[in-house]
Amino acid sequence: MSALIFFFTFALIAVGAAVGMLFSRNAIYAALLLIVNFASVAFLYLSLGAPFIALAQVTVYAGAIMVLFLFVIMLLGAERLPPSQELPWQRPLGIVLAFLLLIEAVYGIVFRVNSAATLSLPVVEFATPAEIGSALFSTYLLPFEITSVLLLVAVVGAIVLTRAEGGARRRALVSQITQAVATEVPEHKAETPEEEKELV
Amino acid sequence: MVPLSYYLMLSAVMFFLGVLGVMLRRNAIIIFMSLELMFNAANLAFVAFALYYHSLSGQIFVFFVMTVAAAEVAVGLALIVAIFRTKHSINVDQLSSLKG
Repeated sequence: MSALIFFFTFALIAVGAAVGMLFSRNAIYAALLLIVNFASVAFLYLSLGAPFIALAQVTVYAGAIMVLFLFVIMLLGAERLPPSQELPWQRPLGIVLAFLLLIEAVYGIVFRVNSAATLSLPVVEFATPAEIGSALFSTYLLPFEITSVLLLVAVVGAIVLTRAEGGARRRALVSQITQAVATEVPEHKAETPEEEKELV
Repeated sequence: MVPLSYYLMLSAVMFFLGVLGVMLRRNAIIIFMSLELMFNAANLAFVAFALYYHSLSGQIFVFFVMTVAAAEVAVGLALIVAIFRTKHSINVDQLSSLKG
């Protein structure tokens, strides 16, 4: 019974925060509500016997990713957009299609999933961080390493994408530096014989 | 204990709200956040099934989904910043031309 109360509390918080995100005019509020949603889902992960995933959710999603979102919103000053509607039929069509998807999913869950199937935590230790770590570094070693390459590619891609517009200025700077170096190099050559004579 | 279908229902509702956000909102950043919401819904279903089958694979997959989502957010937000620099707007209605 207490498990049900726990589930419904955090499910309501998660859905309420998601609805609030959907309808908030201000992007900052939307980001903060999404953090609330992520935190309540992390509590649900804890109740599902996934402490590692729950803490990764808090640190990676609610911590790193949402801070990146907030940073970009504040950087662009894009909290509010002026209202514009170029496709008047798009909004009702989107609502209808989304509800169709929901009905389809609920139908699948109600009629295809065994309704008597309950989730109970196993008596033995299940999915401890140590277990997940050993699985990551043995069975899933190759995907894990590929993930690191993917993250590297993402970092390089983000840097290239955001620095592309400074190309002209950077090229001008580089040509200035090369000119300065080219003019200075002969002076150094001229200086060195004199220094050598003085030394002799 | 809580039935499996409750968690799947919550996951479906959260996915639906994410789809609704992508369909209705015009702010590119909020569309991105709705994508994250859909990732989250899928992750919840994965973790629920991992407990149901007492299998670790579901949780490992959620871990990989998280890393891919992090990479996707980094590149996507960089794209949004680049678009904002050329268009001075992140309203997706105004991004209707392919060339600058």
